[in-house]
Amino acid sequence: MIDIPTAIRISFRALNRNKMRSALTMLGIIIGVGAVIAMLSIGMGASKRIAEQISSIGSNLIMILPGATTSAGVRMGSGTQTTLTIADAEAIQNECPAVSDVAPIHNGVAQVVFGSQNWSTGVTGTTPGMLAIRDWPLEAGRPFTQQDVRNAAKVCLLGRTVADNLFGEANPVGQVVRIEKVPFSVIGLLSVKGQSPQGQDQDDSIYVPITTAQKKLFGTTFPGMVRRIMAKARSMEDMETAERQITELLRQRHHIGSKQENDFTIRNLTSIMQTAEQSTQVMTLLLAAIASVSLLVGGIGIMNIMLVSVTERTREIGIRMAIGAKTWDIRLQFIIEALTLSLIGGIAGIVAGITSSQLISMIAGWTTIISPYSILLAFGFSGLVGIFFGFYPAYKASLLNPIEALRYE
Amino acid sequence: MTLIETRDICKIYRTGSVELNALMNVSASIEEGEFVAVMGPSGSGKSTFMHILGCLDTPSSGQYFLEGNDVGSLDRDQRAHIRNKEIGFVFQGFNLLPRTSAIENVELPMLYNGLPSRDRRGRAAEALKNVGLSGREDAHPGQLSGGQQQRVAIARALVNNATIILADEPTGNLDTKTSAEVMELFTRLNTESNITIILVTHEQDIAAYSRRIIRFLDGHIISDEQTGGS
Repeated sequence: MIDIPTAIRISFRALNRNKMRSALTMLGIIIGVGAVIAMLSIGMGASKRIAEQISSIGSNLIMILPGATTSAGVRMGSGTQTTLTIADAEAIQNECPAVSDVAPIHNGVAQVVFGSQNWSTGVTGTTPGMLAIRDWPLEAGRPFTQQDVRNAAKVCLLGRTVADNLFGEANPVGQVVRIEKVPFSVIGLLSVKGQSPQGQDQDDSIYVPITTAQKKLFGTTFPGMVRRIMAKARSMEDMETAERQITELLRQRHHIGSKQENDFTIRNLTSIMQTAEQSTQVMTLLLAAIASVSLLVGGIGIMNIMLVSVTERTREIGIRMAIGAKTWDIRLQFIIEALTLSLIGGIAGIVAGITSSQLISMIAGWTTIISPYSILLAFGFSGLVGIFFGFYPAYKASLLNPIEALRYE
Repeated sequence: MTLIETRDICKIYRTGSVELNALMNVSASIEEGEFVAVMGPSGSGKSTFMHILGCLDTPSSGQYFLEGNDVGSLDRDQRAHIRNKEIGFVFQGFNLLPRTSAIENVELPMLYNGLPSRDRRGRAAEALKNVGLSGREDAHPGQLSGGQQQRVAIARALVNNATIILADEPTGNLDTKTSAEVMELFTRLNTESNITIILVTHEQDIAAYSRRIIRFLDGHIISDEQTGGS
């Protein structure tokens, strides 16, 4: 059988003889591979942004909201009933094994003043578990403690945006700010969290012990009332177990009979985000599938040109057969020629794909990610296209009758 | 030693319902080292006979023994192997690859028998030297005269140490002087290297170089005579 380096040399020479034709045929593959890589990079960039947002709200997060009230037949929507308490949060922490951290939340909007600066922001009363739930480290200072919660201490943690607005460049830790005219000492500065999936600035917030928020800032309709409770499951797999355990516990604590509806709502934030991530992935696949259609069209171009080439070189095939080329010698020669076209096109396509994805990210400002996996995929796919679309012309060439091929003019 | 033996070879071409008997019960044997001319008018079956001898075609019936082996019933690739190893072809139209240098044309048969590339060049150069074309290794067929092109083709036929050269009207495209040179080369290869030469021609003075003339008419051998040669 013909050795591969020789076959490659023959194919390069044959392609070189028809430079324009070879280049145009490759263009089909270049566009196809380039489009696949660019589309994958855009899709993966979008997935990554969503994944970042998931981790910014905290992973394995469960939100418990009070249920809807019905007032004279008019249902008021979830959160209108005031049934959740700090005691519920403590019970969840102590009695639901699938839950690792719990933070009750009582929040509101307040005016914050430091010196001559003032700023209106969301103030969240919570427990020390909050920071673990949100995966939110401190940049400076210390978090508040259970002790602070018990004593309703007037301490607070500032988000980056609040700190920038009140203190500018200065270090806020150790300073005293007034929230609704109540003096609070700043004990810590939260690190930058960025936007929430809804587009809110998560750094524009202040955290205080929940008891302080209840007693000194926003008041409560009844003692211990909280607006919502956040819980973190031990792992992704524990999410459903955790939801079930919380539901059972709260139904029991709120004395809800087996035929009555829950007076609370449980939301799984992570699963919402994961749905978004999955739909982005589907979108990526869809884009890549559309892009690979152009790769397919490029492959058909290769087949077309190879069929022309086989016909043009009928006499050459006859000569090669007469002097001893076997079936696979002829097939290999044409398959390698098709493969050379598609692989060179593939390499050029990779360059084109990387360039265009960088251009897109520069011009449109989208996050794009080029993974080695997508490059390998595109390159491998272009090789397969070459073999697949090169086989039929090669097969046709190998079946020529040598006597007739030698007579071909 | 009998190199080629055919027994009752028939070749029938079918086009639709029409049957054409190109060869009918052709039996012949050729010894090693012979120089045979095959003659006959066009359509007499001489080319079909040559194609079968050259393993380019298979007989419809009958047997063909090459060096004692029945090769008439071999498959495509086995016949390709025999063409590569045993038989060298020389054609009227030279059939060299265009835009490919002389030495690469001569190397061609060695691509298909697994010879390492480093050995190919040397053997091809030697074959070209043997036909008197040293120094023209890098010339393309378009840069060579007809006689030179035919000598490249002969070098290509010899490079795998073929025992038989089948030449189909090898001087048909050449002038008298060049024809004589090519025929003298055949004669030399026949006498010096004991290569069996079978040549198809319809020119009496070309056939005169051979020592045996087989004449075909309408698919039959009508005469088979030893001649003196020249």
